[in-house]
This record gives sequence, C-alpha cells and structure tokens, in this order.
Amino acid sequence: MPATDTSPAADAPVRPARARTTRRGWVRFAVALVLAVAAVFPLGWMLSGSFRTPDDVFSPSLLPAHPTLHNFSYVLTQVAFPRYLLNSLIVAVVVTVVALFFHSMAAYALARLRFPGRDTIFVLIFSTLLITFPVILVPLFLIVHTLGILDSYAGIIIPSIFNAFGIFLLRQFYLSLPRELEEAAIVDGCGYWRVYWKVILPLSRPVFAALAVLFFLANWNAFLWPMVVTTSTDLSLVQVGIAAFQQQHAADWNFSLAASTISALPTLGLFVIFQRRIVESIKTSGFK
Amino acid sequence: MTGLAVGERSARGASATRTTRRLSRRSRERIAAGLFLAPDVLGLALFVGVPMVVCIVLGFFQVDGFGGYTFIGLDNYRRMFADPLFLGSLKTTLLYLVVLIPGLFVVSLALALLIRQKFPLVGLFRGAFFAPNVISLVVIGLIWKFMLTDQSGFVVRVLGFFGISSPSWLGNPHLALWMVVAVTIWFAMGYYMLIFLAGLQDIPREYYEVATIDGAGVWQQFRHITWPLLKPTSFFILLTSTVSMLTGGIDLIYVMTSGGPANSTSLIIYYIYEQAFVYGEYGYASAIGAFIVAILLVWSVGLFALTRGGRFNDARD
Repeated sequence: MPATDTSPAADAPVRPARARTTRRGWVRFAVALVLAVAAVFPLGWMLSGSFRTPDDVFSPSLLPAHPTLHNFSYVLTQVAFPRYLLNSLIVAVVVTVVALFFHSMAAYALARLRFPGRDTIFVLIFSTLLITFPVILVPLFLIVHTLGILDSYAGIIIPSIFNAFGIFLLRQFYLSLPRELEEAAIVDGCGYWRVYWKVILPLSRPVFAALAVLFFLANWNAFLWPMVVTTSTDLSLVQVGIAAFQQQHAADWNFSLAASTISALPTLGLFVIFQRRIVESIKTSGFK
Repeated sequence: MTGLAVGERSARGASATRTTRRLSRRSRERIAAGLFLAPDVLGLALFVGVPMVVCIVLGFFQVDGFGGYTFIGLDNYRRMFADPLFLGSLKTTLLYLVVLIPGLFVVSLALALLIRQKFPLVGLFRGAFFAPNVISLVVIGLIWKFMLTDQSGFVVRVLGFFGISSPSWLGNPHLALWMVVAVTIWFAMGYYMLIFLAGLQDIPREYYEVATIDGAGVWQQFRHITWPLLKPTSFFILLTSTVSMLTGGIDLIYVMTSGGPANSTSLIIYYIYEQAFVYGEYGYASAIGAFIVAILLVWSVGLFALTRGGRFNDARD
C-alpha cells in the first residue's frame, strides 16, 4: 500500500491509510475508472448491439435507436439455439459434477492416505498440466474414435473430465485440513470411504463451490473439442453453434450479437455471484 | 519379525496379532488409496498420457483416413522443415509470443499495482478487468470482429470521428496478428492481474514502510522491494502464460481471422488443427504437435534452470 507514498509522514501518523488516500488515491481512482470502463466497453457494445435493428447495428451511438427483442426471439425460435444451450448445460453440469467427485477422491488419497509411490503418482499427475489440450487434440480424436464414442455426448464429456488442475487445488485444500477431524472417525471404526463421504466431502463445500464455477465456465465456453468430436448439429454445443451461425449469416450481426449475449449472460451471472470465490481459487492456483 | 519365533508364548502371540493387524490396516489403506485414485489416474492415462505417446508415435506415420497407417520414419519432420507454410506459422508464432508475453506481463502487472491499494469501488474495478475472462473466446472473437469491421465497425467510426482513417484491421496481413495480440491481452490481463495481486499481498508491508522512512521513492521501492520479491510470481506467470498462449486461442483465431489474411495469423496450433481436421493429415499434424511439446519442455526446463525453480535468491542467501 505505501508504495505510492513519497511524502514523509508529516500529517497524522495515527491514521496513515486515510491520509494516503487523498490526492494520489484519487488519481489512481480516475485512472482505474477509465481503464475499467475501457475493459468492459466491448461487452457493453455486444449487449447494446443485440437489441438493435439491422439498420441500426453499425450505428456508433451507445444505445440502440429502436430497441428490439426481435434478435433474441429469432435466434431462440428460428435457429436450434435452445437445443445448443441445453446441450451445453448438460455437458457442463455432468462434467463438473463427475470431475469434482473423481478429483476429490484422488486428492483425498494423495493428501491423506499412505501408500508406496504416492509422490511419484502426484508428480506424474501434476506434469500432465504441461500437456495442454490442443497439443494432443489429434491423437485424442483418434482414441475417442477407436472407443467408438465419436459424435456422442460421451465423446464430448468423458475426455473433458480429466484435468490435473482440480486434483492439485483439492489436494492443497485437504493438506490444510486438521487431521484430528478424520482421526476421530477412524478411531470410531469408520472405513476410508466413510471418512471421505462423512468428513471430507462436507468440509469440501467452499472449495467445491469455487471449482464448480471454474469447471462450469470452462465447459460452457469450450469450443475446439466439442467442434472436433461432433458432426451432427443435434449435438452442437452453444459456442460451436454461434461460430457456425455467424459464418452462415455473416451479415446479420444483430442476430450473432444476440446469440453471443445469450451465451455470455450465464457466465457473467455466475461471475457476479461467485466473484469472490473465483478470485480466491485463481489466487491459490498461483502456487504460492 | 515373525521369523524370530523365540520367547514366551503369550508375548509372541500378542506381537504376532499386533503385526498382522498393523499389516492389514496398512494394506487396507493401500487398497483404499488405489480405489480412490483409480478413476482419475485411469482417465488421465487414457485421455492425456496415451494421446501424448500416440502423438509422438503417430509423428512417424503417414495416416490416410482412419485405416491406413504407413510408417515413414522422419519424413513428416523433413516435410515440416521444407514446408513454407509451417515455417511461416513458426515465425508468426514466435513473433506473436515475443510481443504477447511481455505485453501481457507488463499490462497485468501494471493493473495489479494500480488496484492493489484500497480505494473506493476497488472490487468493482477488479471485476471489470477480469470480466472478459469469463466469456468464451468465440464470443470475444465475434465482438472484436464486429468492432473492427471495415468501414462501419465501431473502432473505424471512432477513429474516423477524430479524422483518422483506418486501415483494414483484420484484412491487412501486417495488422491482423497485432489485433489478435491486442484482443488476447485484453482477454487475459484480468487473470494474470489476480495472480500478480496474490504475489503482491505476500510482500510484507513493513518493507515499504521502512523504505518510505528512508526516503525511497515509488520507483526505488518498486525496483528494490516489489520486483525482487515478486520474482517467484513472475516466474510462474511467464511459464504458464507461455504454455497457454502457445497452445491456446485457436477459438479466437478461428472466429476472428481463420488464420488469414495470407496466413498472417496462422499460429502453429491453428496450423495443426487445419492439417488434421481440414486436410486429414493426422500423421503430419501429430509430428508438429510433438515438436511443440518439445519446445514447451525446453522452455520450461530452461526457465526453471535460469531461475532456479523460481527461487532466485537462494544462491546469494
């Protein structure tokens, strides 16, 4: 905080923080305000554009001249958009729930159980973080083809579940829990599964909430894998649907913007509600 | 232990039962661990480990559709380095990273320094900088394609208002890549800002207080306190941002430019996608994929060695 304070504490050493927020603080405030407005402006422009008529869509005025809901009703009735939204919802929810379950099981074992090769397994799991999805896109596609689940929900969902990031964060969280909580249960004769189910899972709620939001966002926003693995439009997820729609209706920006707004609103909503949790989970992912 | 088999009968019996009980508990723990780990370990092996190996192996094959695999040795690699489009995309990717990574680093650090202090609405500002990050790259790409549209796009109109005539932002091979870079920085800055903020919070306040009493200015404090103590965070950000920028963002390019104009935004990762899923060249695409993994390994190991794993000052302490 005092990084900006160059003036020696001549005034009020009792409440230095208050004194410092004066002139420099307001300059910062103004700069931050301008930058923040610039940062969200394109999103506002999308929103504004989604209410415009085709004649008005390129107008530089901030608000639509004749606001209309027609674009929304068009993409929701004339295009298979509700279907795309439903597909995305199904995929994102299933992946999130299953991933949280599997990752917390693995993380519990890695944090709490003793078995030979534990550290090696953890390092191996961790090192898969370096292998990002697009790099293995081609072989993954061939494996999914071999498994016979191309162009199916399973093909979209199953490979999306496995990601070391969640295991890593959950393990960090479990390492920080006091051992006494489980020891009491074990002394009482609980098996490991009971300990996990009755003690660990209920304690995981806060970290689950943060991860659930991150997983949901990632899968709702996923594009490349769903596009590659599906061919039938019945299985299109919302991002694939929007990209395809825009290519087919390149001139109809009002429709594309409405579709974009529909797909972005849930994610922005989640962000507004869970902002604090998201921020915390990103900070802890900084491997402090 | 049981082999000793000497001593009083009762004592031996007791120790034997204790041993078996301990052993059985230990093996129970191992079995439980195995079961807890099984889904994720099998999944990661099948959907990350195996593809990784397949990627390397497939790089030595010519693949025709789904049936024909012909071993061709290093031909894919020879082809790579004779392929002007691949070499072009390699050059583009390098140029892109050399501008993007430092740019993203500076912008997100500057934002973190700007809003680290408590001032009114600071949470709201933080949210505003991060907001683009929760939106899909497809939508991000569409918004900017719309704003940069020739003649009628918002950016063109605004510049025109000030009497500045715009070039074709996405249609000009010399500009399109920098538009992608700018949009990527705008998209990603909030995320890296948060990680920088976490790093800044770890620096003890007292250091600044002492420095202030000693009369150190803003720049001196940054130079001698913030920058050195932020090095582990910087290391982390350099490593992760390079990995994600080198291998991500296909969605953005797909929507904004489709690799064009004149291949000017065809980054390697996009080129891989195109070779595999537009031209069906799975073997060739895998060879390029393996090449990227090798680059990433060299980069990570190199950065790790250079910075001693992010703990820069160990040697001096």
